[in-house]
Amino acid sequence: MTAVEALVEEQIVYQRPESLLEVPTHYCPGCTHGIAHRIVAEVLDELGVRERTIGVSPVGCSVLAYKYFNMDGAEAAHGRAPAMATGIKRVMPDHVVFTYQGDGDLAAIGIGEIIHTATRGENITTIFINNAIYGMTGGQMAPTTLPGQRTTSSVTGRDVETTGFPIRMAEMLAGMTGSAYVVRRSLHNVKEINRAKQAVRVAFQAQLAGLGFSMVELLSSCPTNWGMSAPEAMKWIEDNMVPYYPLGDYKVADAVQPLLKRK
Amino acid sequence: MAVELLKGNEAIAEAAIRAGLEAYFGYPITPQTEILEHMARRMPDLGRAFIQAESEVASINMVYGAACTGARAMTSSSSPGISLMQEGFSYIACSEVPCVVVDVMRGGPGLGNIDPSQADYFQVTRSAGHGDFHAIVLAPASVQEAIDLMVEAFDLAEKYRTLVFVVADGLLGQMMEPAQLPPMKPVHKNRPDWALTGAVNREPNIITSLELNAPALEEVNLRLQAKLAEIRKHEQRWAELWTDDAKLVVVGYGMSGRIAQTAVKQARREGMKVGLLRPISLWPFPEKRLSTLADQVDAFLVIEMNAGQMVDDVRLSAGGQVPVSFYGRMGGVVPVPEEIYHEITTLYEKLTSGE
Repeated sequence: MTAVEALVEEQIVYQRPESLLEVPTHYCPGCTHGIAHRIVAEVLDELGVRERTIGVSPVGCSVLAYKYFNMDGAEAAHGRAPAMATGIKRVMPDHVVFTYQGDGDLAAIGIGEIIHTATRGENITTIFINNAIYGMTGGQMAPTTLPGQRTTSSVTGRDVETTGFPIRMAEMLAGMTGSAYVVRRSLHNVKEINRAKQAVRVAFQAQLAGLGFSMVELLSSCPTNWGMSAPEAMKWIEDNMVPYYPLGDYKVADAVQPLLKRK
Repeated sequence: MAVELLKGNEAIAEAAIRAGLEAYFGYPITPQTEILEHMARRMPDLGRAFIQAESEVASINMVYGAACTGARAMTSSSSPGISLMQEGFSYIACSEVPCVVVDVMRGGPGLGNIDPSQADYFQVTRSAGHGDFHAIVLAPASVQEAIDLMVEAFDLAEKYRTLVFVVADGLLGQMMEPAQLPPMKPVHKNRPDWALTGAVNREPNIITSLELNAPALEEVNLRLQAKLAEIRKHEQRWAELWTDDAKLVVVGYGMSGRIAQTAVKQARREGMKVGLLRPISLWPFPEKRLSTLADQVDAFLVIEMNAGQMVDDVRLSAGGQVPVSFYGRMGGVVPVPEEIYHEITTLYEKLTSGE
């Protein structure tokens, strides 16, 4: 066998999904945005819908997500991605439309938009990155910051007496009748990443089947603003975030159930 | 198409539908809610998109999203709701997505009232949002003109890839008068090449107002400014009456221009050389015509339903050549022709007593 033949014989077992562009991202080492992007891209590839997908990026660390996904995209104002996605979907109902939003974007400034998008049963998918902090602006308290968690705007730790309690968005949006599929997953280890990908697939399948609003909340890391190494950040998700934000399926509409059984 | 008795707000809504409106998103607010109600009745029947949104903030961002796909999209609101939409206007302006917004102004500031006003002239012509930009602003003075300008608004929005306001006041929105609607145009399904339609056999299209590199953002601004300069050059619109030999020209837009017309007509009957100039485009302001008139007349008198906003544009256009007086009512009070006639005669006597 010649060297060239040997190359031809090689089987590709892992490569960049077509839905991701071959460009360096600006994300910090140990940040899970890259994993979340990849999961979304792999699912869109596997479903064969890249060419009819329109992504809506938020304001926050993933503000430049449209530069990394290989598909049409828009960049929304802070918190308004679900409204923009609604406008797109209503005139392009055959297209796949998703928002990719952080916790400040979705759970603080944009909470009105996401709740009403869910309650309308808007047939879009939301990927919700919950890392319990404002990353892009340098580590301020988020609506999902844990009690006692130190940030640059809760310097002695989040005091629930004065700042209230972290919001559990998956539980809240599961309460909307229009929600078809609302689940929480985590990206802190391989097993959870695989489970997260399954959920992202079901969320997009639910959209393709026209079943209504779908959201996958992903517990994510921010080692830079948490002041941790990447491994410490993963452990912190498991030890601190998962207990407050239990992983699980919060809303699986009857019509979505058959999608769970499919491999 | 037959002449019908039409209410301003409903005529505006129906004209937009007939201009090929594909998606409407809005939130109820007096005195424009009939636009939303008309859309709620008509759009679903036509198989077009309609959503009563949870807020004006959501409405404008839904418009932004729909317009990103190249669809004709609009919203309508009134002053406080327009304030809430300003963030969206700025994003839309920077990303050059064609959108149409109807603003049926009411008395302010604050919650103010629901009576007719023009107090948001600065808001729509100067400060529709953060950053350096202007929208095209069209101001009808009759139900017929509102219909005609609605149709034109969509064409202008697409021609220049810009935000276009059609501004009325509660008076025009609520009044009924005979007018003729245009024929129904189908929704145009051909999408422009910049639109988000799915990246099939092409590079992805991206619609964003983000540019982190300062020199690159300056380039974006220079491009926007060049476009605005083109608009300023080609899209100045106005109507005028009895200006040929006028010594005094009254300037008013929308309903105050129409009320002023009655007063000017009376002054003409009394033998006074008074004319009327009614700006139809508030941005671009008809500065070329005003500046020419400044060479001819002895004075301008500006009538507005506010504390004096467009008067600044008239002064800029007059370039200090002739005095510019102002008369306005505020808080939703509509001036009657007699008040304006009184202002005209007082000013005219001053102008002619020196001769």
